[in-house]
Amino acid sequence: MTDHNDPMAEIKASFFIECEELLESLQDGLQEMDEGSEDPETINVVFRAVHSIKGGAGAFGLEELVRFAHRYETVLDEVRAHRLEADSEAHKLFFAAADHLSDLVRASRDDLPMPVAESDRLLTSLEALLGDVSDEEVRPEDFEPLGVSLTLDLPDLGDLSDVEEAPEAEEPPADSWIVRFKPEAELFDTGNEPQMLIRNLCALGEATVTCDLTDLPPLESLAPETPYLSWTITLQSTCDEAEIREVFEFVDGLCELSIQRPGAALESESLPPLGPSVTAEIARPPEPTAAPTAATDPAPEPPEPAAAAAPPFPDDTAEAAPRKSKDGGAKSVVRVDLERIERLVNLVGELVINQAMLSQSLGEAGLSPHSDAMNGLEEFQRLTRDIQDSVMMIRAQPVKSLFQRMSRIVRESSAAVKKDVRLITEGESTEVDKTVIERLADPLTHMIRNSVDHGLESPEDRGKAGKPPQGTVHLTAAHRSGRVVIEVSDDGGGIDRKKVHQVAITKGLVPPDLPLSDNEIDNLLFLPGFSTASQVSSLSGRGVGMDVVKTSIQSLGGRISIHSERGRGTTFSISLPLTLAVLDGMVVNVAGETLVLPLNVVVETLSLGPEDVQMLRPGAFVVRVRGGFVPLYDLGVMLGYRPARDRHEGAIVLLISLDDGSRAALVIDAIHDQRQVVIKGLDDSFYRAPGIAAATILGDGQIALILDPADIIAAEGPLRGAELALTQGV
Amino acid sequence: MSDASPRGLELLTFRVAEQEYSLDIMSVREIRGWTRTTPMPHAPDYMRGVINLRGTVLPVMDLARRLNLPSQETNDRNVIIVVKMNGTLTGLLVDAVSDIVAMSEEDLQPPPDIASDPQMSVVRALTVIDDRMIRVLDLGSVVPRTSDEMA
Repeated sequence: MTDHNDPMAEIKASFFIECEELLESLQDGLQEMDEGSEDPETINVVFRAVHSIKGGAGAFGLEELVRFAHRYETVLDEVRAHRLEADSEAHKLFFAAADHLSDLVRASRDDLPMPVAESDRLLTSLEALLGDVSDEEVRPEDFEPLGVSLTLDLPDLGDLSDVEEAPEAEEPPADSWIVRFKPEAELFDTGNEPQMLIRNLCALGEATVTCDLTDLPPLESLAPETPYLSWTITLQSTCDEAEIREVFEFVDGLCELSIQRPGAALESESLPPLGPSVTAEIARPPEPTAAPTAATDPAPEPPEPAAAAAPPFPDDTAEAAPRKSKDGGAKSVVRVDLERIERLVNLVGELVINQAMLSQSLGEAGLSPHSDAMNGLEEFQRLTRDIQDSVMMIRAQPVKSLFQRMSRIVRESSAAVKKDVRLITEGESTEVDKTVIERLADPLTHMIRNSVDHGLESPEDRGKAGKPPQGTVHLTAAHRSGRVVIEVSDDGGGIDRKKVHQVAITKGLVPPDLPLSDNEIDNLLFLPGFSTASQVSSLSGRGVGMDVVKTSIQSLGGRISIHSERGRGTTFSISLPLTLAVLDGMVVNVAGETLVLPLNVVVETLSLGPEDVQMLRPGAFVVRVRGGFVPLYDLGVMLGYRPARDRHEGAIVLLISLDDGSRAALVIDAIHDQRQVVIKGLDDSFYRAPGIAAATILGDGQIALILDPADIIAAEGPLRGAELALTQGV
Repeated sequence: MSDASPRGLELLTFRVAEQEYSLDIMSVREIRGWTRTTPMPHAPDYMRGVINLRGTVLPVMDLARRLNLPSQETNDRNVIIVVKMNGTLTGLLVDAVSDIVAMSEEDLQPPPDIASDPQMSVVRALTVIDDRMIRVLDLGSVVPRTSDEMA
């Protein structure tokens, strides 16, 4: 990713990772606000997310990002202070700004040109919300990075006298504050410097700094790591308390701080740390921050035992820094390089293969099943499986981040086609392998666009159909029998099957006289070159069809299917394997070759009797299974291992279920075993036959191919299924 | 490869269908004994299939068939030369490995221009060792470059 020898690049990289998390909590917060949350903590989360991005961006000199974040933050601050009432229009704007902010973050990360014009447009709209509430100018000192200094030298106390004489008095002293500040040991542990804080404070107005040395013990009893000093700063400034607190926000909980008007009783108050609170389960604010509302809270939450907050800025220690979880429990998270996990996964793969080899040789040694060796092997197998499951869990991630991206797609695409669309997500915490999540983004984006553009009717048509003008798109994820099922459903008009059939005939995709079942018509949508859009809209005219979606889902070992009801809506469901690394397989033998089929597609196994097979036409056979006819395919022939045969008596047949609910029978020679196999990709080889999904290594070290039965049958001829509709119509 | 200045190089010589060929040793990763390959369906006939190379799937090419030479029955003396080309590993099945010889680029002669001979298009140069003619293979044209198309 980045050059590991450059520490700055590494820190920057972790800043961008941090940004992703902040953007996620920003989205969450906005979502809650939009749903009518009145909780002041929600807007605080939103505000802090933008603020932290601004702070980090300032440290790296990302000016455009800072500029936008700052002014966005200003508007949010008005909402936070209840000076601005945000309606749903404002929320839309906030979402757009959050989307733009993530664009800016990405552009900064990838060194792309900054979309400045878009920033300006959004800022103008954002600031129009403010009216004449305030028109704060961007002040560079606002982004002075706090404590990001990489030199960890102890502050030179002598310097403070300079600070005293270098205040930037912009305004005449109209007001004054007395700030008492006593750092605790943790403040230094996390790399903060009182000098920086006091300098920043001085930037707010004219300051007089006095250092209190009364706690300083004689030299012999001085503990060098204990802070003894405290400072009292008298600040002449028109700023409000919140601005002063902002200076100290990164050291919240790491110091004693009191901010008072002169004359008020000087009573020291420890800043209340962020209470256990609120919203999302996942996103945690990386920096605990003093929210003004919390500061005035009469009953501050007791300080959490784990007072060690995350470092205020992403640095290399952030990798293992304990983080506060918002539900109060100290849940620590470790950030690990994906490469290391990949390595672990590969090693576990080797372990599984080795275990298979071991069990094969022990089996060949003819040991009694009750011997110690066999018992030990059984234990070993169980452990291997446990280890494998645990390792897979490391790679698993909730689909939440993916779903959040989709909510942006809905916002943008609904605006583009002028439809009012609401996205409802469910099962965001469902965990899926990280690589799967990454590769799902594109197909899912297309499906969502498709639902918004084609699935939902125009508001007028919805009115005529007696539906609410706002369309709904549901995006759900759930675990179902060892797979992950992700569904995109809309409450639109459903598939116009007549039209679809007509289009397919016009385009020459199906013969005109072939009767098709509803299900088959629906599946025509996945044919390459198919598009029902009578007009090419800005969304669908991108040259990506549902066939591409299907291909990418299949390359993940997944399947996609459609259910549609006229007038009620359409549901696309994707079913994916939990992981791309292991598979529960059925090991079979065909013409002397060992092959593996995914266990979950095998419905049952049969042994063919003389009456079971019927010839449909030469070379095409069907099997009678409990009154129905199922097409018969000889795997050995399809894979080119042997010539076609006319008789199949005595052959063993696997009945498999296909995506569209239909079935097929595969002729094989023998069934060996059911076992977990490690998937080895064939991406590196320079040829790949249809139907061959991957390969695996067997116990004897030989390679066996893993088949994708649906793919291999599809490759046999696209019209085979339609031809069967004639015979299967019972 | 087209470097004009004379430089030393080492060739790994081996026999394929009773003929002597060689490869620049820098492209050779390892040499393995013959193991049974798993055939890939619908692959070109010169592809013998895939083998397990320490946990990764290695495609193996029958060099004799690739060069349109009569394919030999495989026996235990056959070896697989693992080469790296265009970033991917490929195994080349040969009859036997003979020797490693050092020579300079000057000792290589361009092959006679027999454009119609498909077998010669994969031969980069000829050289003579102990009065035997050795063909130097152009690995880039032996190993199909379809991985580029897929990328």
